Amino acid sequence: MAGDALSSGKPRKSFSSLIYDPQARGIFYQVVTVASVALFVWIITQNTINNLEKANIASGFGFLQGRAGFDIGQQAIQYNSDSTYGRALLVGLLNTLQVAFFGIITATILGFLIGIARLSHNWLLAKLAQTYVEIFRNLPPLLVIFFWYKGVITILPQARDSVALPLGGFLNNRGLFFPKAIWGEGSWMIVAALGVAIVASIAIVKWARARQASTGQQFRSGWTSLGLIILLPVATFLAIGAPLTFDYPVAGRFNLSGGTSIGPEFISLYLALSFYTASFIAEIVRGGIKAVPKGQTEAANALGLRANIITRLVVVPQAMRIIIPPLTSQFLNLTKNSSLAVAVGFADIVAVGGTMLNQTGQAVEIVAIWLVIYLSLSLTTALFMNWFNAKMALVER
Amino acid sequence: MLKNKQTKVGKMKKTILSAAIGAAVLGAASAASAATLADVKAKGFVTCGGSQGIPGFSSPNDKGEWSGIDIDYCKGIAAAVFGDATKFKIVALSSKDRFPALQSGEVDVLTRNTTWTISRDSSLGFNFRTVNYYDGQGFLAKKSLNVKSALELSGAAVCVQQGTTTELNLADYFKANNLKYNPVVFEKEADATSAYDSGRCDVYTTDQSGLYAIRLKLKNPDENEVLPEVISKEPLGPAVRQGDDQWFDVVSWVHYAMVSAEEFGITSKNVDDMKKSGGPDIKRLLGAEEGSKIGTDLGLTNDWAYNIIKQVGNYGEVFERNVGPTSPLKIKRGINALWTKGGLQYAPPIR
Repeated sequence: MAGDALSSGKPRKSFSSLIYDPQARGIFYQVVTVASVALFVWIITQNTINNLEKANIASGFGFLQGRAGFDIGQQAIQYNSDSTYGRALLVGLLNTLQVAFFGIITATILGFLIGIARLSHNWLLAKLAQTYVEIFRNLPPLLVIFFWYKGVITILPQARDSVALPLGGFLNNRGLFFPKAIWGEGSWMIVAALGVAIVASIAIVKWARARQASTGQQFRSGWTSLGLIILLPVATFLAIGAPLTFDYPVAGRFNLSGGTSIGPEFISLYLALSFYTASFIAEIVRGGIKAVPKGQTEAANALGLRANIITRLVVVPQAMRIIIPPLTSQFLNLTKNSSLAVAVGFADIVAVGGTMLNQTGQAVEIVAIWLVIYLSLSLTTALFMNWFNAKMALVER
Repeated sequence: MLKNKQTKVGKMKKTILSAAIGAAVLGAASAASAATLADVKAKGFVTCGGSQGIPGFSSPNDKGEWSGIDIDYCKGIAAAVFGDATKFKIVALSSKDRFPALQSGEVDVLTRNTTWTISRDSSLGFNFRTVNYYDGQGFLAKKSLNVKSALELSGAAVCVQQGTTTELNLADYFKANNLKYNPVVFEKEADATSAYDSGRCDVYTTDQSGLYAIRLKLKNPDENEVLPEVISKEPLGPAVRQGDDQWFDVVSWVHYAMVSAEEFGITSKNVDDMKKSGGPDIKRLLGAEEGSKIGTDLGLTNDWAYNIIKQVGNYGEVFERNVGPTSPLKIKRGINALWTKGGLQYAPPIR
């Protein structure tokens, strides 16, 4: 019997054999899963719509066109109380992006420095780095934010006793004030010069690599490019007659007016997020460097490479492969933690959305907007980091 | 459960919003239920939305017992429904979380110094009717700034609480008077107060009653003063969900009973005597009139008003105890006096 089934090559399609067929069962389970997920989504959507209707709550995204009516303290684009709710959200989004962007850069630099310091042979430096990591890693981020905010506004002087900084800047508990640059005519030429310098630098680096590959001779392409990028715009600036004036902050009745300012809310949030995330990045960096086998360094030494070349060309590239994936998570965490901004009065997307939620009562819509925005921010960051990771990955030959 | 009615639900606040969304999404049956009174009776206590601590209105003391004019309103509802003013529960809500909490059925009634506005009445799906405190928005400024009027505030940094009508009135007032300002917006009143106290802002703005309360909390209350301008009308009163007229009536008439009692001269002290010897108006209010169905028609017992007055007091007593001249806030009756004394507190006839 069994021999017959085998020799025929086609198993009989009876119901019981279908039950025991792993492939058929796999398909069945997948169909059931998809169907139940779809059903769940359909049920909650219907339920939400029904409940909103029963509670006489208007729904839809039409409210975004309405007049916002409230003001926002920190704004990167033109906004006033006559602007729409949509624009208010945009202002909040830009604030979130700003704090996340600068926070990520600072946290990365700080994290790398501290991570390397923890590996230092200098006992004091290593212990200091360790203390830093243990303190900031083990505090809730909200506490760190409060710590900086209370610190910033209580330690800094009142507006009337501002501390004068060099170059016409001032510091008080209303923020950091500095002169605003007003660019005159022809300033576009400076930007153009910068563009030319960057393109030229890329060309030089490519040429230097090709030359080293073919002849073995090295060229100081890094220094040349740096010089080019700094000198060319500066020379252009001077050549067209330095078209730059400044708007200096001056004391007003309540506070300084004029110039540009960064509020204590931004400063404290930015510092808190940077310091907090840096402690995690430091550990990731330390782990990454430790994970590079000692033999690699020894082999490079045996080849007669210098210490800084070993770090730059042997250790770091291998460590980066281990560092980048968890680093991505930290960047995402920093972005998400920026939603704690409302505690210190910084107008991020959650703070602005919260105000809107109260004015309009559109809770479901606004929470949905929050979700979509954070999801897109995170996915974009992850996408970029995955690309970077693929670029840094060990290419096997 | 009833032994521990005065529960301070501090932790709840953070989860309120998510709970509200969850409830809306997953369809908590009570959310849009039209029979709040029956639900409350079945539950055995009434759940009121309170603030996170506004002295005189709703604030917990060091023992976790809530007090204030809004809390007494809640106690009044409990007394009317159960004949026992202790059968209530307060959920502490931030100004941002209060509306979702009411919409989702987390609280039965929002007694949280909420301003009655047309948009809240219509688009949020709420109903307002009674006003238990007529307020107006003002400014608190440091005396050292030497500001005599709000019109001198151009360029000032203003601390304000998030998601309030205060935020909108502020924008409108400065725009109408062509003044510049820098708003610093906080979610919690305590954070806004501490920022003002440490000099982050020049001015603090909220309803005047709130300013008097906040002034007491500052390091040096005497160095701060409330500016004379009142820039808005802020009728504060309880809100209930739309579409439940019976519950709406119960909540409204609790206030009217307290106002009527003051008008008739009934207090928590003399209510027993008045019930025996008062005039027909008084007997009708206190449920002592033969064959009267006023209480049962509301869905309550006939001694509902008696219980409110006996256990909580009339409107004047409540005002005096919580915010009046003998309380730490020392606010005058002003427009909150009875209509017979030149104020705005007026109750429809009990008949």
